[in-house]
Amino acid sequence: MTAGPGVRERGAVLLGRAAAEVVRRLQRGGGTALPGLLAGLLAPRLIESFAGQLGHGAVTVTGTNGKTTTAHLIAAAVRTAGLHPLANSSGSNLERGIASMFVEAATAGGALPDAADRLGVLELDEAVWPALLPRLRPDVAVFLNLFRDQLDRYGEVDSVAEGWRRALAAYRLPLTLALNVDDPSVAQIADGTADRVIGFGIDDPSAALARAEHAADARACLCGGAFRYDAVFMGHLGLWACSRCDRVRPTPQVTARNVRLGADETRFTLCVSPSVDATFAPSEGAGATPSDAPSGEQCIELTIPLAGLYSVYNALAAVAGALALGIPLDATVRALTDAGPAFGRQEQFDIDGRTVRLLLAKNPTGLNEVFRVLTAAPRPLVLLALLNDGIQDGQDVSWIYDADMEQLAGSGCTLIVSGDRADDLALRFMLAGVVPTQVERSAARALDVALAATPSGGRLEVVATYTAMLAVRADLARRTGAQQYWEQSQPVDATVSR
Amino acid sequence: MIEDAAVPESATRTIRVVVLYPDVMNVYADRGNVIALQARCRALAVGCEVIEVTLGESLPVEADLVLIGGGQDREQRRVAADLEAKGATLRAWAEQDAPMLAVCGGFQLFGRLYRTSAGEELPGVGLFDVTTVAPAPGAPRCVGDVLAFAEGVGELVGFENHGGRTYLGPRAQPFARVEHGFGNNGIDGTEGAVYRQAIGTYLHGSLLPKNLPLTDRLILAALRHRYGSDVHIEPVDEPYAARAHASAAQVARQRGRVTP
Repeated sequence: MTAGPGVRERGAVLLGRAAAEVVRRLQRGGGTALPGLLAGLLAPRLIESFAGQLGHGAVTVTGTNGKTTTAHLIAAAVRTAGLHPLANSSGSNLERGIASMFVEAATAGGALPDAADRLGVLELDEAVWPALLPRLRPDVAVFLNLFRDQLDRYGEVDSVAEGWRRALAAYRLPLTLALNVDDPSVAQIADGTADRVIGFGIDDPSAALARAEHAADARACLCGGAFRYDAVFMGHLGLWACSRCDRVRPTPQVTARNVRLGADETRFTLCVSPSVDATFAPSEGAGATPSDAPSGEQCIELTIPLAGLYSVYNALAAVAGALALGIPLDATVRALTDAGPAFGRQEQFDIDGRTVRLLLAKNPTGLNEVFRVLTAAPRPLVLLALLNDGIQDGQDVSWIYDADMEQLAGSGCTLIVSGDRADDLALRFMLAGVVPTQVERSAARALDVALAATPSGGRLEVVATYTAMLAVRADLARRTGAQQYWEQSQPVDATVSR
Repeated sequence: MIEDAAVPESATRTIRVVVLYPDVMNVYADRGNVIALQARCRALAVGCEVIEVTLGESLPVEADLVLIGGGQDREQRRVAADLEAKGATLRAWAEQDAPMLAVCGGFQLFGRLYRTSAGEELPGVGLFDVTTVAPAPGAPRCVGDVLAFAEGVGELVGFENHGGRTYLGPRAQPFARVEHGFGNNGIDGTEGAVYRQAIGTYLHGSLLPKNLPLTDRLILAALRHRYGSDVHIEPVDEPYAARAHASAAQVARQRGRVTP
């Protein structure tokens, strides 16, 4: 363990906290990045110093889609197990976001309060993960998936997986990997490492798509061969095998079977292989019941309050990650059953007798999955769709042509289109045969229009890219008195008690 | 080879569109070009028969229009090898004034030569007299909003994202001139190349949905390839496409790189 904070760290914390206060007083957002940026400049080893203070170590969560929700679920499991998570739960997941989280949590003296009980739950941007691995020294690393996303920022997807592989090969400390084995790019990063691996995946051919989506990335095996699939669950995720070498989807230790997708919840049978040390002691009111278990597996019937097959993947990732951390399975199961959504990810707001559900979608596969959720949503369907083209959204809006808006053709939905690139999005819907009811570039005015179009007692579905989601959420929070996202985050955990 | 014969009964004229490697050269959403072409054909009462041809499959006997998009480097190698068997047919089609739209990686592969950063020279289809040079590792990519002008088409909007720098040979004509953006190489202000009715370009966006004059030009050329030079089309207004074009142009003027 690292020694206590030095002079630089203490100064950095004071500077960062002052910056956060200024940003918030100026009402320029949550101050989730600038404090870390400033503090990191003053104390370059700030992250190492604080990460070393975490008494129960840390888990990182990375991948294209599902980081925030998965980290949110793991943090809930950590809390249910009686420990105190330290999480960058507002989704600020670059180096400065991690530094900000530590600065916010630290005392003025530069130490982490209750450090002995703390477990870091850190969502990390997929491109910065390699650089932060040796600095954070986590015990567990969860890898979710790798989809094409923001090619203008990240470059090609192959290079991201290559970065993960190289970082793992160079890392010498013990690490447990929780890997989505349904994604061949993720499953293969463990090739050649000696790390302990807990694989997770879906074992339910009935959840497969009838036909591979266009957004399924052309992937090649490490040997250069093409993959063939017995089932595709989303994008390029599924039951894969290389057509040239003997690489095949590894058997997962954590699986979902018998998946049933509802409008607002998802049911499945969670099974954990006996090779993973996981004692399930069912407790009352857990909302989950152990079911028949063949071959020594532990199987639990589970209902999670989140819609969509992607939520099943996030739940499996949380289970695998929590098991790797040594958290008892029953604590995780209870957390999954009780945990609400992470901010902006299926969050619901009540406003003027209507429900608003906020769905983040930032790349083709994510948007396709959101559309799949909407096909199961209650009718009539009123949809507000927003497309922004900021740095965090991706400046290239081409990706909307890789998504299948055609899924909504014939749904009879009322569609309001908004955002900085509302005109591009309206044209995309039009070409898919889904005619917009109204196009209104201003997000605030579009929300008014969409609410007016929603029948009393009905629901408005809002699908938005990242910065558009933040804008709509802030607006909804103002209108309903809900907390702003930075108030929701738990860097300073007031409930810590011993 | 997958065929999708979307031919409305009212259509008296039909074009056959060959889409090359849709499962491989698909990273930058160039599928939008196929979607826009099909929708525009419906609006103009032109039948649109789409034939997808991928690795290892052979080209049909005839085509009135050929589309190819951009892919990742690793895939592009496999495509380059596959194109060796198809190059002669594609060149013959171009000589017969079949229109083509080759975007980004597809444009590079339809050129004469691609020189990798290691100095290796990969021959292309040779339809355009252009050479593409991969930059040294670590060199910046050409990424950003583009506003360009093409003779006979007008203002074009799109988004480019390419590492390779393309240089026109003595027999090559540029497709357009960039006002905002990098274009072929970031230096000479040219964007893409034209040979007879074939167009090579770096523009994604997707390109055809919000550049309808270009879409109409390709459809007209395809109809003429099929039915002879006295064929005409009656342009139909498309307000959604016009507005998307206008807002993309505004964005490119605001934040697109000013071409020197």
